[in-house]
Amino acid sequence: MNVVYFIFQQTMFFAIPLLIVALGGMFSERSGVVNIALEGIMTMGAFTSILFLNLSGNGMQGQGQLLLAIVIAMVTGSLFSLFHAYAAINMKADQTISGTALNMFAPAFAIFVARIVQGVQQIQFANTFRIDAVPVLGSIPVIGDLFFKNTYITTYIGIAILITATVVLYKTKFGLRLRACGEHPHAADAAGINVYHMQYAGVVISGALAGLGGLVFVVPTSTNFNATVSGYGFLALAVLIFGQWKPVKIMWASLFFGLTKAIAASYSGIPFLSSLGIPSYLFKMIPYLATLIVLIFTSRHSMAPRASGVPYDKGER
Amino acid sequence: MKHKKHIDYTAAASSIFAIIIGLLVGLLVLLLSNYRQALPGFFTILTGALTRGPKGIGQVFYYATPIILTGLSVGFAFKTGLFNIGASGQFIVGAFGAVFVGILFKGFGSAHWIVAVIASILFGAIWGSIPGILKAYFNVNEVIASIMLNYIGMYAVNWTVKGYKPLFNNLRNESKNVATTAEIPKMGMDYLFPGSSVNGGFLIAILVVIIIYIVLHKTTFGYELKAVGYNRNASKYAGINEKKSIILSMTIAGAVSGLAGGLLYLAGTGKHIEIVDRLAAEGFSGISVALLGVCHPIGILFAGIFIAYLTAGGFYLQLYEFSTEIIDIIIAVIIYFSAFALMVRSLLAKFKKQKENKAVKKAAIGEGGNKA
Repeated sequence: MNVVYFIFQQTMFFAIPLLIVALGGMFSERSGVVNIALEGIMTMGAFTSILFLNLSGNGMQGQGQLLLAIVIAMVTGSLFSLFHAYAAINMKADQTISGTALNMFAPAFAIFVARIVQGVQQIQFANTFRIDAVPVLGSIPVIGDLFFKNTYITTYIGIAILITATVVLYKTKFGLRLRACGEHPHAADAAGINVYHMQYAGVVISGALAGLGGLVFVVPTSTNFNATVSGYGFLALAVLIFGQWKPVKIMWASLFFGLTKAIAASYSGIPFLSSLGIPSYLFKMIPYLATLIVLIFTSRHSMAPRASGVPYDKGER
Repeated sequence: MKHKKHIDYTAAASSIFAIIIGLLVGLLVLLLSNYRQALPGFFTILTGALTRGPKGIGQVFYYATPIILTGLSVGFAFKTGLFNIGASGQFIVGAFGAVFVGILFKGFGSAHWIVAVIASILFGAIWGSIPGILKAYFNVNEVIASIMLNYIGMYAVNWTVKGYKPLFNNLRNESKNVATTAEIPKMGMDYLFPGSSVNGGFLIAILVVIIIYIVLHKTTFGYELKAVGYNRNASKYAGINEKKSIILSMTIAGAVSGLAGGLLYLAGTGKHIEIVDRLAAEGFSGISVALLGVCHPIGILFAGIFIAYLTAGGFYLQLYEFSTEIIDIIIAVIIYFSAFALMVRSLLAKFKKQKENKAVKKAAIGEGGNKA
């Protein structure tokens, strides 16, 4: 049973950042703007917030410090995403181009500034954020072990974001308008919705969540930040498509990917799996291979937001 | 992309506009970080590659070779409506094909390098065809399939190199040297650029640029590929086998990326497949090169050389207290503004058209039957 708890906790470390970033990407794409810059925005958010953790490490620690870092990551992400929003919405630029530019800019900027600020590009931080067991809740049998032990506050934030995102997208006026802009912006415009505002909102939400996702990815899995989020932004893009641009499906997709990734990362510590004699490279490949195979069976009726990626031109007919 | 009637000089002009802004931002960043060394540093970026004479220029062409080809791969797929983010995986799988043949198939004598290069093309083509097949028959988004295949390819190559004794150099944790017969001949480049690493691979890259240009712009086949990219359903209705077109586009894109890997790892410059869990950067540079070259083969050729030129300048920048990442910052800003330039251009075209329309209306003295 301990193995199950262990894998579950590991799964969360991998799945939660994917979930948060993919939900961010969902808001952007549902408003009609493809955000391929998730990787770069994650890097940027992780960079400023980890730099904050590093610089404030002497005077602060614990959950308060982490919460402040979360705010910084989200603000950085939204500000950085404004570049993409301006290019995609105001300048009607090719969204792949500006996204690629942001992806290229972020790690270069992080290394350049880190070298200036502290001489080396790796930013160290002290991880004082792990919660061994949540009081009261952690002592519930089974559920306590699964959800409330050896965890991070970011896990609950991720779950809260999932619930909020679902409600916002399907139960609010804002969500309805956002979805309309991604499906048929001209109709939305005719109905009196300001398409540009909605698209800005979509991109900035995606920026805030991607920035947060960068921090959430780095904190449980490392003790330093080396100007990379290891392709997690691109994987989140994959999870978004895999999850059919729908919040709950995105959750399943990120859990699926997180589980395979957790097994790949920790199989050697699990007696049952390590006794099978499967080469480590196969384990490393399984998350990607499994996703590809599942996609083959599920993509036939793939439904992307119809206007996603097409710059909205008011005068166009 | 509705204003692409013909290639006009404004395309080049807009790229130059973006380059100037990118360089200015670079200068600004240098000034902000260390104003005393900013100007000499900036000057080094601009001219560093030239200060070493023919050797320096040769190095630029050497760096440019793989990214021209990965850029061509991405740009070609773009032209046919596909986003090939998988150049990285195709690159390393192609490199593996070249290294495999280069180490093991020693019986070919002086044709050895040709066989190895062909192997890289074939391996890349096979890897590229997978997302094409998945898209054509199973409607799998080629972006996500390519991302997955990047990782699968990288792990598969590392696994095979490490697991197969004749390929693996245990001491250095990388692939063994390829046979000297498998190294690409210099083809006279050593006379033009003595002392540099450039070789015949650069000439092969230029040849491939020309071939892709002819295929895309002068053949029915290329026209069909582009038509499917514009509108899959309309092309199908017009009698084009759209499934075949998608698969062939991705296969060709994969072949070109694979060749990029082959040419780099057969260059005889001490490049080996290192066993690290990292995606090949050349594939992602290809996206930048393709975008800066506005996805036109000739533009991509120049964009590749330009980015290699800046990168070479960046190496000499380390003499000053700047890190080479400033080059990536500059390139990122250039790409960002090249996206703007497209807009500026189409705005100009629209403005011109409106003016003409007004003139026509005035001439006709029609009633104001304007529909917004």
